[in-house]
Amino acid sequence: MTTTLPPASGSTAPSPDPETPGPAGTSLFRDAFHRLRRNPQAIAGAVIVTLFLLVALLAPVLAPYGGEELPGRTHITPTHIPGPGELPDFVLGLDRFGGDLLSKLIWGAQASLLIGVISTAFGLVGGMLLGILAGGFGGWVDNVIMRLVDILLSVPNLLLAVSIAAVLGQGPYAVMIAIGVAQVPIFARLLRASMLSQRSADYILAAQTLGLSRRTITMSHLLPNSVGPVIVQATLTLATAVIDAAALSFLGLGGGRPQTAEWGRMLTYAQNELGIAPQLAFFPGLCIAITALGFTLLGESLREALDPKSRQK
Amino acid sequence: MSFRGTTAVRRRPRKIAAITAGLAAGALILTGCAESQRGDSEGSADGSVNSTFIFAASSDPKSLDPAFASDGESFRVSRQIFEGLVGVEPGTADPAPLLAESWESSEDGLSYTFQLKDGVKFHDGTDFNAEAVCFNFDRWYNFEGLQQSESVAYYYGSLFRGFADSKDTAVYESCEAASDTEVTVNLAKPFAGFIAALSLPAFAMQSPTALQEFNADEIGGSEEAPVLSEYAQGHPVGTGPFKFDSWEVGQQIEVSAFADYWGEQGQVQKVIFRVIDDPQARRQSLESGDIDGYDLVAPADTKALADAGFKIVNRDPFTILYLGINQKNEALADPKVRQALAHAIDKEALVRQTLPEGTEVASQFIPPIVNGYNEDVKTYDYDPERARQLLEEAGHGDGLTLQFNYPTGVSRPYMPTPEQVFTNLSAQLEEVGITIEAQPDKWSPDYLDRVQATENHDIHLLGWTGDYNDTDNFVGVFFGHEKPEFGFNNPELFRALEEARQESVLEEQTPLYEQINADIAEFVPAIPLAHPAPSLAFAPRVVSYPASPVNDEVYNMVELSE
Amino acid sequence: MLRVIGKRIVLLIPTLLGLSVLLFLWVRSLPGGPATALLGDRATPEAVARINELYGFDRPLIEQYFIYMGKLLQGDFGTSLLTGRPVLEEFTTRFPATLELTAVALAFAIGLGIPLGYWAAKHYGRWPDHSSVVLSLVGITIPVFFLAFILKWLFAIKIPLLPTDGRQNPRINATHVTDFYVLDGILTREWDAAWDAFLHLVLPGIALGTIPLAIIVRITRASVLEVQNADYVRTAKAKGLLERTIRNRFILRNAMLPVTTTIGLQLGLLISGAVLTETVFAFSGIGRFLRDAIFNLDYPVLQGFIIFIAIIYSLINLLVDVTYSVIDPRVRVQ
Repeated sequence: MTTTLPPASGSTAPSPDPETPGPAGTSLFRDAFHRLRRNPQAIAGAVIVTLFLLVALLAPVLAPYGGEELPGRTHITPTHIPGPGELPDFVLGLDRFGGDLLSKLIWGAQASLLIGVISTAFGLVGGMLLGILAGGFGGWVDNVIMRLVDILLSVPNLLLAVSIAAVLGQGPYAVMIAIGVAQVPIFARLLRASMLSQRSADYILAAQTLGLSRRTITMSHLLPNSVGPVIVQATLTLATAVIDAAALSFLGLGGGRPQTAEWGRMLTYAQNELGIAPQLAFFPGLCIAITALGFTLLGESLREALDPKSRQK
Repeated sequence: MSFRGTTAVRRRPRKIAAITAGLAAGALILTGCAESQRGDSEGSADGSVNSTFIFAASSDPKSLDPAFASDGESFRVSRQIFEGLVGVEPGTADPAPLLAESWESSEDGLSYTFQLKDGVKFHDGTDFNAEAVCFNFDRWYNFEGLQQSESVAYYYGSLFRGFADSKDTAVYESCEAASDTEVTVNLAKPFAGFIAALSLPAFAMQSPTALQEFNADEIGGSEEAPVLSEYAQGHPVGTGPFKFDSWEVGQQIEVSAFADYWGEQGQVQKVIFRVIDDPQARRQSLESGDIDGYDLVAPADTKALADAGFKIVNRDPFTILYLGINQKNEALADPKVRQALAHAIDKEALVRQTLPEGTEVASQFIPPIVNGYNEDVKTYDYDPERARQLLEEAGHGDGLTLQFNYPTGVSRPYMPTPEQVFTNLSAQLEEVGITIEAQPDKWSPDYLDRVQATENHDIHLLGWTGDYNDTDNFVGVFFGHEKPEFGFNNPELFRALEEARQESVLEEQTPLYEQINADIAEFVPAIPLAHPAPSLAFAPRVVSYPASPVNDEVYNMVELSE
Repeated sequence: MLRVIGKRIVLLIPTLLGLSVLLFLWVRSLPGGPATALLGDRATPEAVARINELYGFDRPLIEQYFIYMGKLLQGDFGTSLLTGRPVLEEFTTRFPATLELTAVALAFAIGLGIPLGYWAAKHYGRWPDHSSVVLSLVGITIPVFFLAFILKWLFAIKIPLLPTDGRQNPRINATHVTDFYVLDGILTREWDAAWDAFLHLVLPGIALGTIPLAIIVRITRASVLEVQNADYVRTAKAKGLLERTIRNRFILRNAMLPVTTTIGLQLGLLISGAVLTETVFAFSGIGRFLRDAIFNLDYPVLQGFIIFIAIIYSLINLLVDVTYSVIDPRVRVQ
């Protein structure tokens, strides 16, 4: 399910001297980056995200075993799963199927990255398209699209994703696409609102007086200046996608083999072993929570950095 | 064939003297029962015992009318409320007298005369007599339309093979009440399994008065989603030791002791079936004392529960888990490849690593206690080297890719954890150079359709739990005719099975089935893996539970200590 | 006021109509179409043909839609494929459970969230502030069912204090009048039953309430920060009003506006959360049933429940707006 964070104005440790503006004449983004560097929340987020990216990309080097390998198969019995430290070859112990827990956590980072990127890309592209159409054209196009968005938003996000996944069937990417598509209305509404707020800005008026075409105005002026909140939302979506994918996996959606190294899947199977091997639930759950926290921290600080309103406090 | 039973002993809580005999007969008496067994178990509960027995059901029953049910949870409830003419010998899968004290069949096997127990009453006061028996038989026979569909009167349709409007195929012909306690059922065709089949709850005796009063035959909806009758929703009336009280859908079903029960009532005065569909929640409810017991304990939980003082009871396995092979795939049509698969699988390891305690390794498709089990069938020992060699001989030295179907989101008595069995087997097969393409499907509604109704699959996991002691109920179901599940066509074997099924004398039937089992082992149309033993878990206060391989467990036999 | 409410309800209609169209199209876009959704993936062509005829799936799409709508308006939402019972009945028998759970979760979130947010704002920039902000972030990013697992593991396996599954101990012979078990216990004066039902709500309530709690903490903190420096608060302080009066009449009252809106917005989240929470705690409400419906693609249930949920969601948003106007007289004037 998606947690759309309300803006946390006046959040932790705002810039020590809020009156100091960024270097004169710099763009909004460079300005924002400047502020980010001084926000401990942003740094914490960046560190977590960097670590996560490193682990995900270096999984083949870092992981002692392959993600679907079952090197410890013979050590498993129905009533016993070796835990951390029990076997010298498997630092965190084994999972229910005989896979190495540590390796699967590492490979799981890669799976999560893939889920995050693909579903966010889908949400972003779809939402931007709708948002541009609505915000750029206005009038009845806007009306129709926004009604549709309203309707989709009246369905809880998780149910929406589930319904889409049902239509897509059991393909490997079905869940990722479903999560992404379920994000479309959120992106669309955000971009439109942002574009509307810019539409009456002086520079747009100026462009209109210059006789620029509607398309040029939309694409080269309105859009670049409205995209800030969308970037923030995309960062936050990376977090929710990881959580949502785990939730869908928990609800029995998502194909592949049972031993697939994916945190949500691991957590799902772990519920049967809570009594004899709680670590099987604990570690993947922790990985999901930390990764989501990293992206959320980063997204939050980005929002603060990009939003002049929250800066003033 | 003639079978003359003595008095029915089935529903009677045994006294001390009978305990050893009971154990020998295979009835499962829990450990520690001896010291807490009371000498006098006649009559009702003793004051210090909480006489409410709470058992967790994994779902609501599909119907309270057993004639319209085929699922385990419906039958679990039906077995408390209803009784059939024929019961089950405790601890076995063999038929025993119940409402019929004895029976005889005619020479030609076409008519059966039952002597009924006298003085039995249904819970609503209606007399149980020959007329009531005929009423029930005629009711089943006259099912029509929607009632006949597989999702409604499954057992009658599949065992009696036809209804009043399809006389050509129907096994049943007529029923005559000679007196109150003597009834004759005439069959149109010989049916060797007739008596054994009557032990199924689907053929339990129901009160004619209640069936009529609450419109039991009025079912609505569609074949896919039948809507229950008023009777099946809240007015089941039988002769069993418990009468129906209430059903809160999604919550629980309550039955309580029937004061005028003809047999012995036992200790339990009230039974609550609490619907807990989550296996973990069942376990936790037991641990927190909310329930007294539950079925199909996850293999992972048995040790922890036993260590914590709970009682684990294993039913004698009456199951078979197999690896299905589809010969429509050309590679798999080659016997060498099928033998290679058989040699590649270490059944011992599979059982040790994924299946519950008490599970036996399988060499054929029937459990050992079923008639026709053959000790001398050809076996395929675990020998990966030999497997690789056979694959090479068959021209697959450079690898073979197989789609492997397995179900998800399900726990069956023959396969508590399909995902674990799948990963284990696929790892074993990959070790001899077979590439596995995993193909998971949800059990409901897809899996059975996918592996049994279409040809587009290679190997798959499936199994079977027997309904009663009938060999045809196992091998006949699997290999009686060509099915898309196996794509296995062997007219000779089909004929042999048909012949054995028709044979009505047990002594002559047994060697036929022994030969059939030996032949199947030669052909390897599928690989028998194991006979998993389903386990139940109980609170410490449950002293004894009448575990039965065919789930014939009636709770007046339950003994409680506190 | 009534007119505003009436207008809002009228505006609801196009949304719901649109939703019904989408859901109608959704079923038709399921792999293989509605007949296969009913019969399973590999139904025989004859069975498919029969179902198509029976349900009118072979008629023109527009006609089918009107038939479908006609049934909906008569309260016929179809029959669950899983249980064979009417979808409406399945919903109404389970809804009280979920409502009870949601109430506890919200009570937990509001009861703890508003004081915590206020406390954080009062100590702005110091440790209570930092810790509540960090904790609320953690609360938001922890997957609901993971939190549920942890609670379950802690309270069922490590220290068995609270019940972790179901709604009531079946050994308690409770009378159920309204299907709100706590309320039932109070009404019938079966205090043990009420207490037991309440205990069963504690852990799922906490699990479900954590995300709303985190969000409420953040919002309360932010809006109190915003309000406490407002001119009218400064004026009140200058007038020497009691600290308590200032807090209750000026700061909290004004800070509550965004909080109310947020609580309203959390309801969709609560439904999603309920699916997961009820699943972990085997709590038989609509969430748990939805999970089964999802698992088995019981599409009449999904279809019906989504409509019910959308209606409830919209009505609650309406309620939030009305509450809003009660708290804020300015809204009322407009």
